[in-house]
Amino acid sequence: MASLVSTQPTGAEHGGRGRLSPVTGALRQFDYWLTVYKRTWKGSIVTSFASPLFYVLAMGVLLGNYIHVSPERLDGATSYLAFIVPGLIAAQAMQTSVFETTYPVMGAIKWHKSFYAQLATPLETRDLANAFLLFTLFRVGSTCAVYFVVMAPFGVFATWWGPVLAWGVTMLVGMAFGTWTFALSATVTSEASFGLVFRLGLIPLFLFSGSFFPISNLGPVLETIAKVTPMWHGVNLTRMLCLDTVDWSTAAINAVVLLAVMVVGWYAALRSLARRLES
Amino acid sequence: MVEHFSDVMIRARGLRKSFGDLEAVKGIDIEVHKGEAFGFLGPNGAGKSSTMRMIAAVSPASGGELSILGMDPAKDGPAIRARLGVCPQEDTLDVELNVFDNLYIYGRYFGIPRAEVRARAEELLAFVQLTEKRTAKVEDLSGGMKRRLTIARSLINRPDVLLLDEPTTGLDPQARHLLWDRLFRLKQQGVTLVITTHYMDEAEQLADRLVVMDKGVIAAEGSPLELIRQYSTREVAELRFPVGDHDATAEKIADLGERVEVLPDRILVYSDDGEHVLEEVHGRGLRPLATLVRRSTLEDVFLRLTGRTLVD
Repeated sequence: MASLVSTQPTGAEHGGRGRLSPVTGALRQFDYWLTVYKRTWKGSIVTSFASPLFYVLAMGVLLGNYIHVSPERLDGATSYLAFIVPGLIAAQAMQTSVFETTYPVMGAIKWHKSFYAQLATPLETRDLANAFLLFTLFRVGSTCAVYFVVMAPFGVFATWWGPVLAWGVTMLVGMAFGTWTFALSATVTSEASFGLVFRLGLIPLFLFSGSFFPISNLGPVLETIAKVTPMWHGVNLTRMLCLDTVDWSTAAINAVVLLAVMVVGWYAALRSLARRLES
Repeated sequence: MVEHFSDVMIRARGLRKSFGDLEAVKGIDIEVHKGEAFGFLGPNGAGKSSTMRMIAAVSPASGGELSILGMDPAKDGPAIRARLGVCPQEDTLDVELNVFDNLYIYGRYFGIPRAEVRARAEELLAFVQLTEKRTAKVEDLSGGMKRRLTIARSLINRPDVLLLDEPTTGLDPQARHLLWDRLFRLKQQGVTLVITTHYMDEAEQLADRLVVMDKGVIAAEGSPLELIRQYSTREVAELRFPVGDHDATAEKIADLGERVEVLPDRILVYSDDGEHVLEEVHGRGLRPLATLVRRSTLEDVFLRLTGRTLVD
């Protein structure tokens, strides 16, 4: 049988090559994530595609039948369905990314320890976090893309290009939340913390960030608070693009906020994983 | 700039590791040469795994010098890890992937081309006798099979040095022997092995040279035979008396050997002629419940050096 061992000389003479580039580091995990996706995509269809449709049907169509108000009171939407769909898609982006970066991250550290196995290779914590977040981005992107496509026949989009840009925004929303949730999951030692994240973070943001009603209904104080959350920026930008009611200066602020939260979050994710695993 | 390196694969001088106030490794010197099987023998908590993690270039040293394959782990971690094989103490296999995919995916982390990694995976499955299990899920494997798969995984990059942290802990005797056989074959192929273990028989089976570690320091170093010669006698007479009698009895026979150790369940008398010790014991009218004469082992070396047994 062939030799199972290296016949390389020892030492630096054949290149004590340093770190991998971030791109190489992420690419080397492509086959892994592809395998994970092949194994899980069928199951994820139900949670990521079917349940949003239930929401649209229940709240947009059936509940929406009781809501007949002028477009001015619905941020310019001509129907409640048209109003709620962009909000639901933005919320879906947040939920998908939060789910992808809670239990799976803890599992890779604590339960099946796959991060430790990966770190025994030339990969570094930076590469693990990058690939994980890129996969989360893919999940958010694919889930939201299907959502947009399925909603198109309902006539809720004012232009063809609006939803295309809005799709990009939902990915920003996903990463604004996914990066920070990743950072948190890499820090906490018990999955009990996730209950808190879901109940005190995810659900209030889902309910009160303008997905279901214009936040002007909240009253001045709560409205100000809602406007500080990245979720509102995401919902607002998605909705303006879908309804073709874009105020470009507001849109710029929305986009910059989401981008900034994502960039700082990405950095926080890398930092917290390194702190957790490099001891 | 080309520096000439001898056959030293791993070199540590005054190597230390602390976790907060806890000092796990308190300044050790080691040198591992190409092609040798080097062992760290010591009880749980001796600092073996901490040392191993530093050698694996995944845990930064707190002090001292460490050079692996002529490189500095603080600077060249990825380049070092590219040439190491690591078999960790706990299985870190991906339980949701099948046997073959575990090897395939892992090889890809090293940047090995797809066709090449497939060929290597098949070859390694044959080597660890898991070819028939190639499509089985990892969770369905026995403990011994998982260990063998982990070893196969650690060989996917054709490493210069293979690090094995407690490779057979938790395995039944048959699985252990099968694993030892595979490791022995690797050794014959010239793989440099670094093994930690708290089993003296494992150290004797596999290690050409070893250090006895206790409480973060190296207590002794040498080949298993040298250590036994230096720190123990040729033979040991083991005597078992009724519970509670051991201390009193030990005093009566203290002169029969070079040394007498009292353990909770037996007395050990160190002598070059164990049978003679037994005769003398009986000659003094003592009636042990059970007796055994055996050769000295690394367990005795450890007992001598630390006053404690390896597995407690």
